Amino acid sequence: MDILTTLINGLSQGGVYAMIAIGYTMVYGIAKMLNFAHGDIIMVGGYTLLIFLNMTGNPLIAIAAAIVLCIVLGVVIEKVAYKPLRGASPLAVLITAIGVSYLLQSIAQITQGSNAKMVTFGDMGVLKFGELVIQTKTVVTLISTIVIMVALSIFIKYSKTGRAMIATSEDRAATQLMGINVNKIITITFAIGSALAALAGFFSLLETPQISSTFGAMPGIKAFTAAVIGGIGSIPGAMFGGILLGLIECFTAKVPAIAPYTGAIEFGILIIILLVKPSGILGKKRREKV
Amino acid sequence: MSEYVLETQNLGISFGGLKAVQGLDLKIKKNQIYGMVGPNGAGKTTVFNMLTGVYHPTTGKVFLCGEDITGKSQETINHKGIARTFQNIRLFNNMTVVRNVMVGLHNQKEYNSGFITSVLRLPKHFRVEKQMREKAKEILRIFDLEAERNNLSCNLPYGKQRKLEIARALATNPKLLLLDEPAAGMNPNETAELMETIRLIRDKFDITVLLIEHDMKFVSGLCDEVTVLNFGTVLAKGKTADALNDPEVIKAYIGG
Amino acid sequence: MIKQLKNVKWKHFVNYIVVGAALIVFAILRLVGEDVPRSTQFLLQNISIAMILAVSLNLVVGFLGELSLGHAGFMCVGAYLGGKIASLLEATLGNGPLTLLLSLVVGGLCAAVCGVIIGLPALRLKGDYLAIVTLAFGEIVKVIFQNAAPKVFGGTLGLPTPKYSRHELYIYGFALVLITLFVIQNLMRSRHGRAITAIRDNEIAARATGINITKYKLMAFTISAFFAGIAGVLFSYTQSSVQAVKFGYNYSIEILVMVVLGGMGNITGSLISATLITYLNTVLATKLEGDSAVLKDMVYAIILITIIIYRNAPGLKGFREKYNFKNLISKIHTKHHDPAYVKDDEAAWDRVPTKIHMDEILSVDVSVDVSKSTLTPDKPSKED
Repeated sequence: MDILTTLINGLSQGGVYAMIAIGYTMVYGIAKMLNFAHGDIIMVGGYTLLIFLNMTGNPLIAIAAAIVLCIVLGVVIEKVAYKPLRGASPLAVLITAIGVSYLLQSIAQITQGSNAKMVTFGDMGVLKFGELVIQTKTVVTLISTIVIMVALSIFIKYSKTGRAMIATSEDRAATQLMGINVNKIITITFAIGSALAALAGFFSLLETPQISSTFGAMPGIKAFTAAVIGGIGSIPGAMFGGILLGLIECFTAKVPAIAPYTGAIEFGILIIILLVKPSGILGKKRREKV
Repeated sequence: MSEYVLETQNLGISFGGLKAVQGLDLKIKKNQIYGMVGPNGAGKTTVFNMLTGVYHPTTGKVFLCGEDITGKSQETINHKGIARTFQNIRLFNNMTVVRNVMVGLHNQKEYNSGFITSVLRLPKHFRVEKQMREKAKEILRIFDLEAERNNLSCNLPYGKQRKLEIARALATNPKLLLLDEPAAGMNPNETAELMETIRLIRDKFDITVLLIEHDMKFVSGLCDEVTVLNFGTVLAKGKTADALNDPEVIKAYIGG
Repeated sequence: MIKQLKNVKWKHFVNYIVVGAALIVFAILRLVGEDVPRSTQFLLQNISIAMILAVSLNLVVGFLGELSLGHAGFMCVGAYLGGKIASLLEATLGNGPLTLLLSLVVGGLCAAVCGVIIGLPALRLKGDYLAIVTLAFGEIVKVIFQNAAPKVFGGTLGLPTPKYSRHELYIYGFALVLITLFVIQNLMRSRHGRAITAIRDNEIAARATGINITKYKLMAFTISAFFAGIAGVLFSYTQSSVQAVKFGYNYSIEILVMVVLGGMGNITGSLISATLITYLNTVLATKLEGDSAVLKDMVYAIILITIIIYRNAPGLKGFREKYNFKNLISKIHTKHHDPAYVKDDEAAWDRVPTKIHMDEILSVDVSVDVSKSTLTPDKPSKED
């Protein structure tokens, strides 16, 4: 039964990673950049949740506020910091993204303090299936993630905007020539990614109700790892990578001998996968034009 | 020593089911200027990429002076004696013109100074640097670029950038020089001048040249033999005038 | 041209002169028994460490053109292994220059080995992917030293290391800066450095030109890691114990900020920004209290973003060329128009018709008017 509980915890944790990883992967696929600040948008979402929860006491309003604020933030960052650098060297874009991440963290620390704060949404109790006892919040996270991912997949596959996104990721110049406003598509991508980040922030807080300025940094980097493992640019890849990482994390944490090395193991897997198959497990191989 | 500087046997490559090039048999003799022509997308640059090790061919073999170089790395193939230029110019943009050529001289045995020599700046380091610079200037002189040697290469006009790329390739002391559309973007005067230069370097450096070009006047004025490619297969080959007048070739170019 | 060459050489020596002069002054002060204040000694130690870190990271980021986010990881290896050797040798050799030298060599070499290991992925990966691998490496090193063999490395409590007399350590620190400069500057001014820059400028062309990518990428990563390791050993000597937490991702970023601020590929810039940032950090640490100390991080972040956008944004190209520092200087010095400088778009734009009629087949002759433009002033062009 213990294994089953760990499995469900892992899936739920993996779902949160997947949600963040999708943000990374979409932005990477469409804007061709690694948005290092993505993890910190989660943190901003978390603090917004906290503030609005304290103000209104209503979690739903708080979630809505967090989503709206994160979308605005994501779009503003794209317009101010990344858009001027479109067409510049990838190194420049990456360093700017790191700068934005650094900026968000320091602003959060200045305004919110460096001590971790508690965010409690009330106890949801446990669910019992015979001998199996699971936290309700874990089930809620798991189900919500599945719903969100299915919805997103349908949106991308069948909506006009979604198809424009796929086209942009394939060939930006050609898409532009087809009369699609690529700038708008990139903005929408950042908006969706940021909304997912806000939700991921909520689900993370549900699991561990503590927030500080570095709240998003590690989940962000790990989710990026997940995106790369699954094959960056591929949404199913991000889901797969996220869930794999969540499972690895929860299962290694159960073995006392290797538990302290969980982080090292995850990054070790990342390095090995990148070396063996640089395009990730589900990613497409791209040939460099000579 | 083989009769041919470059020989390919049944060379072919496919990208995910698409046969980009197939069944290519090239035989290029020493000191020839050999042309490769064909419509856009015929696979000419792909052939260059296979010859220089950027792509690994799926079928066939490449021999350089009788030695099998199939599947070797780009660096090794360059060391064995194939140098190339690129269709879209690839210079070291943040370096001066003379330094671009000096990078080409990097692997020549006579300029080999080790890590320790360089870091400690032993006398050999200065001697080698000076020799390299002189040699680079000498090569630049052939291309009429000596006066520009201390300009950044990215500030050169297009035609001169093309010439610099050839100079850099030449500096690696190749047996075979591959030129990918050397006359692209040049005006008729520059093109005529370039034809002279290519003949000159062929004689002066005792090399063989394989080039891709769309300018038919350029090809017929310069090349001894040509191979015409279309959709990755050989359409015609032989003496330049014969091959270019082949009805199949005219049909492929003009359509019909 | 000759003037330009002279400038280049001068630029390389100015680093030696300034750092060397500082070193001599400090050494003389020490010899005559005139000590600088304790707080200044502490600051100078940190400046020398920051300089070594920034210059060595510049080799990979500025000259090789690959982003490394794990520089603190190499430093961590040096601090732990060099520090461990130092504490072992202290018993037999005493806490003197010999122990320092040996632990520097060991720490540097251990970090260099890690540099080779992290250089291997660099052969297959580029850009964002490599950056993330270096980041992962830094985190792995941190986690391992935190948890592995607590009896040897002290676990979460940290590794106790011998502390060197502060009166001398900063002098050794500056001597090490000088060595770092010597190796990295000379390397970059040699054929090896040219090969490394060629890889940065155009990897495909570099390979086609026969440059051994494997050798030079590994060389850059190894040397960079070696000096980061040395900085780590030096750091361990300034502390009574080293904690792995210190060498996280944020520290790597701080070093990166120094490199970017000073200009990628600009060693003098790295030295200046390392000094400036370390100085500001120390001063602000005493002025700002609690969470407001983070204010400086915020300012660094804003500076970093602004500098990168200003230097790289394609949209600001015209602005950069117009208000460039060099151009402004040259405007002051030379009043007349420099004939050797012709912009691309000066190619006879006045001859390009601006109105096109219906059904007209238009051909535009935009060849450069040789009489007006003088790209090769010393000899008449053969064109036209």
